[in-house]
Amino acid sequence: MNGLTTDKIDTQALVDRVTTPAAGAVVLFVGTTREFTNGRQTASLDYECYEEMAKKKLSEIEQQARERWDIVDCAIVHRLGHVPLAEASIAIAVSSAHRAVSFEAGRWLIDTIKEEVPIWKKENWADGTTEWVHPSGEKRA
Amino acid sequence: MILQVKLFAVAKQIVDSDTFEIESNEPITIGDIRDRLLAIHPRFSEVMPNCRFAVNAAYVNDDTVVSSADEIAIIPPVSGG
Repeated sequence: MNGLTTDKIDTQALVDRVTTPAAGAVVLFVGTTREFTNGRQTASLDYECYEEMAKKKLSEIEQQARERWDIVDCAIVHRLGHVPLAEASIAIAVSSAHRAVSFEAGRWLIDTIKEEVPIWKKENWADGTTEWVHPSGEKRA
Repeated sequence: MILQVKLFAVAKQIVDSDTFEIESNEPITIGDIRDRLLAIHPRFSEVMPNCRFAVNAAYVNDDTVVSSADEIAIIPPVSGG
């Protein structure tokens, strides 16, 4: 399951969705709005997307993860629009029989989403300026 | 024919519109569209080398030939997550 929302992400609902008797492990990744980036203060973020393609890419990436790992279930939600400090912009829940698969698949999912899905974030800096974030090639940790 | 290119994030900001129209009487490639955008909007020069293009919601390379029936989009480096 994957989707886009302008509402606050209910991370517990995502965990509940992938938690089944077949799973012995559930890993939840939550990406949140950080206040300081290289010493610069963020007031909030705004996300926009190319909706049709973002939905398609999310589904493709989820399907690839399901083919590559023996996961029980997985759920991905990305938030759009205005995201205040410390709130979640993305949440990924993965369940599997044993923990290694959930950790590996979850790590791969967030890394791949950050490279492939047409979603963009705008920094609303605390000084009142705004700036679209466009990574220039080097992979971010 | 007139082709419409969807614009997002910094590309939308540079052109000050969410679409860019290109007129062409012959088949045109994504590389041609890249060159036209750069010629009309020189402020693209910094980000353009890192931009990808999508046709009908799939990433394509610069050799791809497009027509007015295709949905074309410029994809600046993504920053979701």
